[in-house]
Amino acid sequence: MKRLINRHPGRVAGAALAMLPFILALVAYTIASSQRLAENPNDPVLPSLITLAESFLRLASEESRRTGEVLLWLDTGASLTRLGLGVALAAAAGLLVGVLNGSLPYARRTFAPFVTAVAMIPPLAVLPILFIAFGVGELAKVMLIVFGIAPFIMRDLQQRVEELPREQLIKAQTLGASTWQIVLRVVLPQTLPRLIDATRLSLGAAWLFLIASEAIAATEGLGYRIFLVRRYLDMETILPYVAWITLLAFLIDLTLRGVNRWFFPWYAARSARS
Amino acid sequence: MSATIRLENVWKSYGDDVVLENLSLEVAAGSFVTLVGASGCGKTTFLKLLLGEEAPSRGRLLLDEAPLPGEPGPDRGVVFQRYSVFPHLTAVQNVLLGLELAGAPWLGRLFGAARRNARAEAVAALESVGLGHALDKYPPELSGGMQQRLAIAQTLIKNPRVLLLDEPFGALDPGIRQDMHALVQSLWQRTGVTVFMVTHDLQEGFTLGSRLLVFDKVRHDPHAPEAYGAQITYDIPLDRNAEDSP
Repeated sequence: MKRLINRHPGRVAGAALAMLPFILALVAYTIASSQRLAENPNDPVLPSLITLAESFLRLASEESRRTGEVLLWLDTGASLTRLGLGVALAAAAGLLVGVLNGSLPYARRTFAPFVTAVAMIPPLAVLPILFIAFGVGELAKVMLIVFGIAPFIMRDLQQRVEELPREQLIKAQTLGASTWQIVLRVVLPQTLPRLIDATRLSLGAAWLFLIASEAIAATEGLGYRIFLVRRYLDMETILPYVAWITLLAFLIDLTLRGVNRWFFPWYAARSARS
Repeated sequence: MSATIRLENVWKSYGDDVVLENLSLEVAAGSFVTLVGASGCGKTTFLKLLLGEEAPSRGRLLLDEAPLPGEPGPDRGVVFQRYSVFPHLTAVQNVLLGLELAGAPWLGRLFGAARRNARAEAVAALESVGLGHALDKYPPELSGGMQQRLAIAQTLIKNPRVLLLDEPFGALDPGIRQDMHALVQSLWQRTGVTVFMVTHDLQEGFTLGSRLLVFDKVRHDPHAPEAYGAQITYDIPLDRNAEDSP
């Protein structure tokens, strides 16, 4: 009998095992839901799966009586725009500061302690400041995401740049590269896939900040909707929205992984070896 | 084109830790100098001084009678034991890089006819080290020996005056090491570059070089092991090899 740490499930068994927790969660929900509904068919807290599916289709297809727009798509569009802007700005700032701090000792000595200090500030604590400074419009929500995740990306990328083997930088100099050329041809190309990874890892936090700011001040958005209908215990809206957000997050993550595999084939080969 | 190297009373210490002690040496252009010695006796530090990665604490280092620049440059090529090639570039891009950097200061990339010419030169360099079949492979896909061949091709495309090898074959299998020895010897004879090679392998030091330097600590204080640095204890001309040199 082999040790447990040396035993691996086969393909089919592996897939089945991966499905198992999901199925168990669904079964547990169904049991709890049907018990509550058996006692009170109008119980709003745990709607049946069928009700949820119907509710999702309604949210995704029925036009709002008040505005004539389909709520789910309106909210999704607004939220993804804010998320996309915030994450893109944070990634750009992270790349710039991370590469500079990682490559140039003078930049590092100047900015790295400041970035570290800023990263310690809890972003939600400054949300009121952002609302005061940028108004309650789109800008404050985007800025909260930037403020929340940019320091992490900056610090992560700085570290990745510093981890580049010393030999590579020496080698580039013996090939006649200037500082600018080293950044452009050696540091930057090797940092981009790591930027994608850092961005992927910070997406969870980005969603958190997005939903928090939408909950406080917005007129549409996925987070806004969830917190709006919370007052009516409208689980028929909340649960499909949560599932939808999860699906979106999953798809974004999948896309970024694909980008890394497609554009940086050497990166996957490298991480597979080491 | 190769260069003479002269050291005048060179010391290197890190704080109180003396690594190299009062080295004076003259190396003729086109020599193949092998450096041997126990671990931690300053061979690699010596190479770092020649590379410009470290500055001597005292004394002078001269390259063709001019003070050595305080940072690495294209006149001194280097091959390390590992990490000498860029993992994000294919073999041919790795070699091409040296030409692109020289030809395009702002973009670091060549286009059109200039790129085609440079690429042809890079392909020729790869073929000369026996990598003509692996042009478009990324370094992680190459074996250790092939990666070192790539590193050598990448270095030689710049026509350096001095070639510094820091235990380049230390991580390779013995059979592959033999092939690499033959490759380095033939390249040295063809280009006439001045070579410094650090090695752990005494036999490698004797068979490859035209001159063998042994680094060792002469003085030793058991209560303060870092108080004295290494010196060159043996300086052995290997005439058999020197006759072949250009």
